[in-house]
Amino acid sequence: MERIPILRMGPFLLVTIQVDLHDRLVVTFQDDLTEQISRTGARGVLIDISALDMVDSFMGRMIANIAGMSRILDAETVVVGMRPAVAITLVELGLALPGVRTALDVEKGMELLRASRGLRLGKEEDGDLED
Amino acid sequence: MTSKTDTLEVHSSTDIVLIRQAVRKWTAELGFSLVDQTKMITAASELARNALEYGGGGEVRFEQLEKSGRRGLRLTFEDHGPGIPDIEQALTDGFTTGQGMGLGLSGSRRLVNEFEIASTVGEGTRVTITRWK
Amino acid sequence: MSAQGLKKGRLAGIVGNHEAEILANWVGEQTAVKGRRGASLNESELRAQCEAFLRAFRESLNGAASTDVESNEWRAVRGMLDELSRARAAKGFSSSEMAFFVMSLKRPLFGLLREIGGDAQSLADTTWEATEILDRMALFTTEVYQKAREEIIARQQEEMLELSTPVVTLWKGILALPMIGTLDSARTQTMMESLLQTILDTGSSIAIIDITGVPTVDTLTAQHLLKTVTAARLMGAECILSGIRPQIAQTIVHLGLDLGGMITKASLADAFAVALERTGRTIVRVRTGPGRESTATAIGMDPPA
Ligand SMILES: Nc1ncnc2c1ncn2[C@@H]1O[C@H](COP(=O)(O)OP(=O)(O)O)[C@@H](O)[C@H]1O
Ligand SMILES: [Mg+2]
Repeated sequence: MERIPILRMGPFLLVTIQVDLHDRLVVTFQDDLTEQISRTGARGVLIDISALDMVDSFMGRMIANIAGMSRILDAETVVVGMRPAVAITLVELGLALPGVRTALDVEKGMELLRASRGLRLGKEEDGDLED
Repeated sequence: MTSKTDTLEVHSSTDIVLIRQAVRKWTAELGFSLVDQTKMITAASELARNALEYGGGGEVRFEQLEKSGRRGLRLTFEDHGPGIPDIEQALTDGFTTGQGMGLGLSGSRRLVNEFEIASTVGEGTRVTITRWK
Repeated sequence: MSAQGLKKGRLAGIVGNHEAEILANWVGEQTAVKGRRGASLNESELRAQCEAFLRAFRESLNGAASTDVESNEWRAVRGMLDELSRARAAKGFSSSEMAFFVMSLKRPLFGLLREIGGDAQSLADTTWEATEILDRMALFTTEVYQKAREEIIARQQEEMLELSTPVVTLWKGILALPMIGTLDSARTQTMMESLLQTILDTGSSIAIIDITGVPTVDTLTAQHLLKTVTAARLMGAECILSGIRPQIAQTIVHLGLDLGGMITKASLADAFAVALERTGRTIVRVRTGPGRESTATAIGMDPPA
């Protein structure tokens, strides 16, 4: 079955959304992601949406949900790579995704996660994820 | 004046993806800017999802328009579902009877130039949106 | 005027048999008044254009059943005129000069028809045909010319709009959009779209929108500004609004617009200082010579790894 791949990058998880999301895929993905966060103890999740040429309220809700679930599991979510046309449209639609952090690209998203984790936990914990 | 029309079904979430792709194609051919294309696609996605989720499925009609030198795209979403008892309320930001964000109707109205909705309880709902180049 | 049927290729025959003569006289007609434009069209260029036209003209006459230059048979001539009109429009020729290109063919052609003679009826018929074709073509030419000019103007307007919204890089990762003049909602929208695109292209995470040069802001414009800031945030960039005049501050409050978490600064310089700080840089004074301080010098330091 079609799945959204979840990659590990150091202490974080990287999700690159490339396919057109439909309902079943989203449900499976939310299960996969929360399971991975709790199993690996990941402290941050990067959701790369640079491949998406539109985001509607359905996908917006999914992104907000993921951020909310991750926060409960003590991981921070950063949405990266939203295209200008998508951002303009989302604002007009009325969906500003408050409470979701954003970055221009994966690299800057990692920086953001590292910085805020550094603030919270000090510098000592830079290791990889548990298996 | 209408120069081109087409009709697509809305019966599954795969259909919504197909509708988005069709709107991309039509708006690109009409020469819409990338932002305008994205706005129309997003509005279509919202209304197709409503027709599927609340209307039990339906169809969408595509019409290419031309009026005094301006070109545009009109989409009409129609279903024979339960209808909307209070349209005013349904058009309020954040109102939902399901698990949505309540932005589909109100938001897509902001994304287009013309927005019309007609709904009769027990008969169904028809939403027409138009965007000009 | 309704299109006429062509009388059995008489005109076609005449043009075909006297092409060289017509060409010479026609070029002569045009160079006689060339003084008006001077050097912008040299004679060999003109000759080549006339030659190409005559060839297409003769070929279309051979196949054509009517004087209706909109019909398929005249496609080659129309194509040739279309190209020529656009090229001349781009070079700045006037529409009457463009029409003259076609009209000036009348004199050499009619002169020739008279010389050849024949019975009065066929002379009249052929002259009438030639008149009708050339008039229609001249009309076609001016239409194409006008369309081409309109396109050029529209393009220039667009370019000017873009030029008037210069997004500049102040420092690596820091953009500034200095807005000047009255902001109507169309212009604001264009500016904002170009700002967001530049944020993406340059990977800048901070953009300063400076409205020092903006006298007033209406509701719609203020809303566009706010939407842009929100859209930039969704993309992962932060906007700082600087140079808000007291009057605009009042407008914003009166309109009940919520600037939310947006950073506002009095001047572009203040905004720049904040932007440098946010990207892990600082401004310090350095001594450049014994006992002399240089004026403010920005020191860019990369953020700690
Ligand atoms: N085609 C429809 N048929 C019946 N009810 C509808 C239809 N479209 C919308 N509605 C009603 O209007 C409400 C608001 O719709 P919308 O703005 O799209 O938000 P959401 O889909 O998030 O609920 C829905 O919750 C539903 O009750
Ligand atoms: Mg909806």
